[in-house]
Amino acid sequence: MIPLSHYLIVGALLFAISVVGIFLNRKNLVIILMAIELLLLAANMNFVAFSHYLGDLSGQVFVFFILTVAAAEAAIGLAILIVLFRTRRSINVQDLDRLQG
Amino acid sequence: MTFLQFIFYLFAAILIVSSLLVVTVRNPVRSALFLVLAFFSAACLWLTLEAEFLAIALVLVYVGAVMVLFLFVIMMLDIDIAKMRAGFTNYLPLGLIVAVLMAGELGLVMFSKEFSAESLPRPAGQIAEYSNTKALGSLVYTDYVFAFELAAVILLVAIVAAIALTLRRRPVTRYQAPEQQVKVRKEDRVRLVTLPTRPEEDA
Repeated sequence: MIPLSHYLIVGALLFAISVVGIFLNRKNLVIILMAIELLLLAANMNFVAFSHYLGDLSGQVFVFFILTVAAAEAAIGLAILIVLFRTRRSINVQDLDRLQG
Repeated sequence: MTFLQFIFYLFAAILIVSSLLVVTVRNPVRSALFLVLAFFSAACLWLTLEAEFLAIALVLVYVGAVMVLFLFVIMMLDIDIAKMRAGFTNYLPLGLIVAVLMAGELGLVMFSKEFSAESLPRPAGQIAEYSNTKALGSLVYTDYVFAFELAAVILLVAIVAAIALTLRRRPVTRYQAPEQQVKVRKEDRVRLVTLPTRPEEDA
């Protein structure tokens, strides 16, 4: 029998890997967006695991909404990426200094 | 080891390895393809948790739509990979420290007694006639109907925002201007002239 903790460990490892991915690829905006998708997947994994082990379907409904928001986020993020590439000819995060922040 | 355990550990290993490759390979196209593999094995893990609808939705929505969008964008942009990789190893120690700390902390919580097989046993599987999609639908359309409509609005906003951001008006292209067209009156366009007729010749 697979205990709940094994699913949670998979989710935790996935979360840590995507955080280290954001650290490593600090210049490439596309990889950062993909790492964010992995982060959301790790959260969804925990939701689905708890939903099964506690016998409550509400967790799966929340995953449904997270998927919706993640899809919207990916679409808008990629649109911003394309506009950025058109104007700056680069997707390097360090070139995003026009606002002097 | 039962068959279910074998399936779980196999797909968990594929998920972890492919997500590691997503953040470390040089080529963004390969990175996107490994992300597809990661989503696919996550969907298989969700199948072992009897979340059939979400597993299929993950494959259809993510592998079918979002990842294709990612691949389109990556191939459309002309990215200088070598420049992007500069400083990759500089951030590696800091990233590893943060990741190990985070995984260790989460592991301390998750290996506690609360989540062990004894205190929270795996529930028995549903009967064969049970439909996960039907149960999820009856929940979404009753208790969570407002959140569901809000999700629809979020998707609409995403569509409008993505189009509005990337729509480019070229100055050389000629467009119709309907607001000008409906404002036109007859006096602006039509000019009636009275031409002198030829004097009739007497027969």
